[in-house]
Amino acid sequence: MTISRRALLAAGAGAGLLTACGSDTGRGDDTGAGPRLSQWYHQYGETGTEQAVERYAAAYRKAGVSVQWRPGNYDQQTAAALLTGSGPDVFEGGPTLDQIQSGQVVDLSHLLDGVKDDFNPAVLTPKTYDGRIWGIPQVIDTQLLYYRRSVLGDAAVEPPDTLDALVDAAGRLTTKKVKGLFLGNDGGAGALGATPLYAAGLRLVTEDGRVGFDDPAAARTLARLHRLYADGSLLLGAPADWPDPSAFVQGLTAMQWSGLWALPQVRRELGDDFGVLPFPEDGSGAPVVPVGAYGAAVSARSAHRAAAEDFVKWLWVERTDYQEDFALSYGFHIPARVSLAKNADRLKTGAAAEAVRLTTEHGYAQALLWTPAAQTAYQDALNRIIRSGANPESELRAVVGKVSAELDRVKRKP
Amino acid sequence: MTADAGPARRRARSRTRWFWIFVGPFALGLGLFTYLPLLWSIALSFFDAHNTVTPTDFVGLDNYTAMLSDDAFLDSLRTFLVFTAFIVPTTYAFSLSLALMVNRVRRARAFFRSVFFLPAACSYVVAALVWKMSVFSGVRFGLANTVLGWSGGDPVAWLSVTDPPWYWLVIVTVRLWLQAGFFMILFLAGLQRIDPALYEAAAVDGARPGRQVLRHITLPQLRATSVAVVLLLVINAFQAFDEFYNLLSDARGYPPYARPPLVYLYYTALGQGQNLGLGSAGAVILSLVIAVVTVGQARRLGLGRRER
Repeated sequence: MTISRRALLAAGAGAGLLTACGSDTGRGDDTGAGPRLSQWYHQYGETGTEQAVERYAAAYRKAGVSVQWRPGNYDQQTAAALLTGSGPDVFEGGPTLDQIQSGQVVDLSHLLDGVKDDFNPAVLTPKTYDGRIWGIPQVIDTQLLYYRRSVLGDAAVEPPDTLDALVDAAGRLTTKKVKGLFLGNDGGAGALGATPLYAAGLRLVTEDGRVGFDDPAAARTLARLHRLYADGSLLLGAPADWPDPSAFVQGLTAMQWSGLWALPQVRRELGDDFGVLPFPEDGSGAPVVPVGAYGAAVSARSAHRAAAEDFVKWLWVERTDYQEDFALSYGFHIPARVSLAKNADRLKTGAAAEAVRLTTEHGYAQALLWTPAAQTAYQDALNRIIRSGANPESELRAVVGKVSAELDRVKRKP
Repeated sequence: MTADAGPARRRARSRTRWFWIFVGPFALGLGLFTYLPLLWSIALSFFDAHNTVTPTDFVGLDNYTAMLSDDAFLDSLRTFLVFTAFIVPTTYAFSLSLALMVNRVRRARAFFRSVFFLPAACSYVVAALVWKMSVFSGVRFGLANTVLGWSGGDPVAWLSVTDPPWYWLVIVTVRLWLQAGFFMILFLAGLQRIDPALYEAAAVDGARPGRQVLRHITLPQLRATSVAVVLLLVINAFQAFDEFYNLLSDARGYPPYARPPLVYLYYTALGQGQNLGLGSAGAVILSLVIAVVTVGQARRLGLGRRER
């Protein structure tokens, strides 16, 4: 069969027209009353979460809400989308300091009138800037040290309560087939981040916005992490990285740093043969558990800002039943509302109860002033200290310089 | 207007019309999606553009001085100069040898060509994941470690250890596997354009088959192809992103090892942290480096020079 050029051109034009007629505006055809809102979530790994958020959105009567479930580099996607008018109306995100300062998200303080004290301060503080609240915390995510009771028992190793004890335990638990500890395939720089500094009693950023780890103790603590690596006690190159408990439940490692979200899977596979610990203290510090939370935020470019705020208030402030369902029915998170966390049955026993206690007593959240540029500088240094054996003092000195410059920049902004 | 000028002018007009019908959409797309963003990005690089593409705060060359005094960025540029100096000759030699071998095969030619070309159809992301999770997985049951285990070696965490920097082995092999087939096809096309009479004449003149013929007949005749291949390879090397990002990054970032300039810009300025002015300055610097290297090379190798 021969196709004439003209026919081909006509066919091409036809196809072009057809595509142009597509109406995939990402807003769905849900015809609820009132305006149409689009709401973005990152892709949660647990089955059922997507259906759950669709259900919440469908139950809202005052506006048609269409949910977008976005896999991939979610934070980068929202950052780019917020530059344009075609981004989300409501989204889960930091929101980051730069987004707040450049007016990309709106002030949501008034949504929390009267219930502000019910939100866990550890996750509400990083959503607060200049005395106003820019995101409503959805759930609390935390990370913990999982350890296998039987393996530690057989080796007569006590669950470590100091960083030195952790280094020692990891060394003693390492055999030809099983490693002592898994902190991620990069040796811990990504998973731990600032956690060891907090365990040494330091901070990333002080209350008054200065560098909080310009202290000899920081170098001493980070040098201990290099010991773990140099001793060969760390599992490296596992098929699934630290957020996934596979390496731990498959017996590749005796201890693993992972998230609270992994707890249901660990319990299913190991029964009661495991326990959870905070990151152990070092020197004059205290044990710590890092916590983080996505906040529900409203884009300043939204065409229906008031409607979007109403929806956020309805879902993340008023509908406590949905908030509890979202936190506990699919993955495993701690509700951001203190009243919900206290009364949830699934958080009252066993390792889950222990995790809640550790989070309440030792939780710390990354400061809002800690920007991606500061994070890159710090994490580069941490990588070099752990894996290349770089001198912690000189590495940290360079980081302190970069971070102070970055802090000066963000403090200069209105 | 004379009577016979009409049809000629009409023909000319019709030609112009068809020219624009065919070229117009492409030119429009190129302008809208390539040149406009390019110029915009150059403009952004002179502004303090945090989280905005319409900045108002002109800062002159500040972004450039910041970028050029950033050790991490300079380090990644240096790393990639070295990487380019290594990967370009390696890929060149590898794909040329493949082409020479496949060209000599008498039987099942189509089969060999397709087999070596197939990896070019594979996505960089998929290949990187296969390399990371099964071939060079760090646990004892990874493919490379299983092979090591036969000879009694201890498992190596290929992507995690930095001394020796085994991660380069993973990166280089995946890149070779992905690219060699494509450049082999270019070389094959070049080889088939060489006039067989040249080889016959050389044989009559007593040239020994093998090295002598390769050096004095094949390589000079492949000059145009070689120049194009080298240029493409250099640009590819500097624009590296996909396989590096998928092999070495984790949820929290990218380590300061084998970090391509684009990955660094993505993490500090163009991804989650939107310092678009600084990021654009970095991108402009990177483009200049690529331009200088390729233009210099093209002049030295004589791209576009008429073959005699």
